[in-house]
Amino acid sequence: MLLAPVIWILTAIIAYFFAAKTWWFPPPINAHGIAYDEQFMRTLIVCGIIFVLAQFALGWVIFRFRDDGRRASYNHGNNRLETVWTSATALLFLGLVLMGTKIWAGVHFDQPPADAVPIEVLSKQFAWSFRYPGPDGKFGHTDLKFVNDSAGNPFGLDDKDPAGKDDIVSASLKIPAGKPIKLIMHSRDVIHNFFVRELRMKQDIVPGMEIPLSFQADTIGVYEVPCSELCGLGHFQMRTTMQVMSPADFEQWKIEKAQK
Amino acid sequence: MSAPTHSAHHAPQGFIRKYVFSLDHKVIGIQYYFLGLFSVFIGMGLSLLMRFHMVNPEAKVAWFAKLWPTAAAGGMMTPELYLSLMTMHGTIMVFFVLTTVPQSGFGNYFLPLQIGAEDMAFPVLNMLSFWTTFIALVVMVSAFFVQGGAPLAGWTAYPPLSAAGRITGPGEGMGQTLWILSIAIFCGASLMGAINFIATTVDLRCKGMRLMRMPLTCWTWLVTAILALLGFAVLLAAGLLLILDRTVGTSFFIPGGLMISDQIISNHKGGSPLLWQHLFWFFGHPEVYIAILPGMGVTSHLLSTFARKPVFGYKAMVYAILSIGFLGFLVWGHHMFMSGMNPYSAMAFSVLTMAIGVPSAIKTFNWIGTLWGGKIHFDTAMMFSLGFVSLFVTGGLSGIFLGQPALDLYFHDTYFVVGHFHMIMGVAAIFGMFAGTFYWFPKMFGRMMNETLGKIHFYATFIGVYCIFTPMHFVGMAGNPRRYSDFTNVEYLAALMPVHKFMTHAAYFTAAVQILFLINLFWSLWKGPKAPMNPWNSTSLEWTVSSPPPFDNFGGVHPVVNHGPYEFSVPGAPTDFIMQTDPPSVTSED
Repeated sequence: MLLAPVIWILTAIIAYFFAAKTWWFPPPINAHGIAYDEQFMRTLIVCGIIFVLAQFALGWVIFRFRDDGRRASYNHGNNRLETVWTSATALLFLGLVLMGTKIWAGVHFDQPPADAVPIEVLSKQFAWSFRYPGPDGKFGHTDLKFVNDSAGNPFGLDDKDPAGKDDIVSASLKIPAGKPIKLIMHSRDVIHNFFVRELRMKQDIVPGMEIPLSFQADTIGVYEVPCSELCGLGHFQMRTTMQVMSPADFEQWKIEKAQK
Repeated sequence: MSAPTHSAHHAPQGFIRKYVFSLDHKVIGIQYYFLGLFSVFIGMGLSLLMRFHMVNPEAKVAWFAKLWPTAAAGGMMTPELYLSLMTMHGTIMVFFVLTTVPQSGFGNYFLPLQIGAEDMAFPVLNMLSFWTTFIALVVMVSAFFVQGGAPLAGWTAYPPLSAAGRITGPGEGMGQTLWILSIAIFCGASLMGAINFIATTVDLRCKGMRLMRMPLTCWTWLVTAILALLGFAVLLAAGLLLILDRTVGTSFFIPGGLMISDQIISNHKGGSPLLWQHLFWFFGHPEVYIAILPGMGVTSHLLSTFARKPVFGYKAMVYAILSIGFLGFLVWGHHMFMSGMNPYSAMAFSVLTMAIGVPSAIKTFNWIGTLWGGKIHFDTAMMFSLGFVSLFVTGGLSGIFLGQPALDLYFHDTYFVVGHFHMIMGVAAIFGMFAGTFYWFPKMFGRMMNETLGKIHFYATFIGVYCIFTPMHFVGMAGNPRRYSDFTNVEYLAALMPVHKFMTHAAYFTAAVQILFLINLFWSLWKGPKAPMNPWNSTSLEWTVSSPPPFDNFGGVHPVVNHGPYEFSVPGAPTDFIMQTDPPSVTSED
């Protein structure tokens, strides 16, 4: 009997923290993020209503149908009710997932435009590296045998290849605001995951595969990139940043970086 | 359906044959139960160490250094030690608790009794499956004590981290090999058990025990056994391939062109890390239902018994169990939305995942329908069943977020996931076990448990688990990654530390109150009041025999079933329950 108010109070506290948004997503920085948040809110409202109603109903039957000397009613169910709630749940759940398909399609099915900024991402235990093709627009040839992390060559750039001469290598990701970006992601050892909260996006980077990820970021700022797939003892330290710069600052950064 | 005809073995005399290498399904069930009880306290202890470290990453504790001279040199827990505790926590809880107690423990003890059989179909196989499980546990725990310690690749053991050997981290040497070996042995044990459960249910039902007269517990044990048979076979194969990759240099899961710890890996080519994920989750998702289905069965059974009302929509419940079992094999890809697999397949997996939410919702509606108009008795067993419904609703609804690939773009590998699966697969399933314990203890041990202690334990645990696992959803929404040994390297995590501290304290509290359960269990074993034959006025067959039951279950009598399993409060009947074996003249619908 006491269980009924306990369930109601727990439900109210949980519902309060969701409504008050005490711990919440950071603001999104692109159109995808806004669409993501809308889909999240739709799901939250549907699930929130079901949550509150179901817990309230559970508390209510516990309270109302406690043993107070009456005889229990005798029935084996009601087929019409079963049909109604089965179809209602099916419609609701399928409706939700279908409404989210556009967001998924936007990330994975839409091809990036031809002028998207290509950036190669390399993950390894427990660091990130990013490579830009330089003014020639071409990535230089790489080979594992040339890899030398301490000398600043995590990709294994072949210094005999002229296309690689102007490649820019950075330990953090810099991107121009408002421009489509195309990441080409590789892992050197185990599985890692590229995640930026503000982008509302994450993607595993699997060794042996080349994994593309394209997006655009519109708000200038510095955002953290914590590795989000268990990669070994330094997993918790595998962090870098993504800096969204004005296109002019981005070009300037590339020039300065190339001179070094 | 004929009465069981297989010739029963005779009651053994010596201690060893009676209690150690016993062929009696009841003794084997109790052995599984205590193996699970031992494991759950190990698993819980590991989780407390993890929660301690998360909020005190710099703390030096003298006895850590004694326990782990290398991994906690000077008393400070290293990240690799944290990850090995995490791996072992997940593995022990999933395999040796959630798979073992509800199915092999309670199922072993009560399936034959509830369907009117004298024993399981294959008693020797039954004994073998328990002792194989025991060996698997010994091998698993031994991983702590080898050089490098226990593995750090998590209970999912994704290659190449789990496949490339010592070079990927401490614990990835001998520790990881022992881990895979233990899982392979466990798979063997589970396959033996699954065959036994299926054969018993199909062949040994007593006269009148039609399938549609079985208690819902038996339905869940049957479907769970089918899931185990199909799922563990695949995990066994995957485990063997992983061992081959590690020991003889095959490349099932390791691609070419790797460089680990500055060394070029030249002896592996052409493997696929995603292949492991497909095989693992082909087992791993049905495993979730292996853990939760028996809890659903117990909940349905107890809600009806203690509300003194027939189960609302028995047939709908049976179909829901069957469709959960079937769909359970078609949704494994929802663990892999971010894995790099073909993004088109995510669409199919997400629709199927939403579809499996439907039978789960049907069960919830029917549970509330069962309680509606009832005459509810609040014994501790019932409290845990009601708690199960609440936790199942909460944990199930967060699945509606995670089943959508679009929303998984953010939630994958955050604490939102950790909160979700602990709520539903962890604590809801454990509430099913507590409910089963309080309900069946009198039958198993012939004594009653203490109700007052039981209720205090229930309320403290119920509030405690909500305090541990609900906040995980909030830190998950704030983007907190899982499997981090501390939160000091990512700036935005600093703001979440107060929530982590709250969860850690809630975990200490919840763990501490489990002592009440242990006291209740062991005190009642020796000192509890003697249990009558049918203390709850239940209807199923195990309550027609003495507590505990005689060696051959029914004392040489072949029970005959005349009624459905949930004939409570039948109008015109002399009592408010009709036993399944009552003569047909007693009024009932079935």
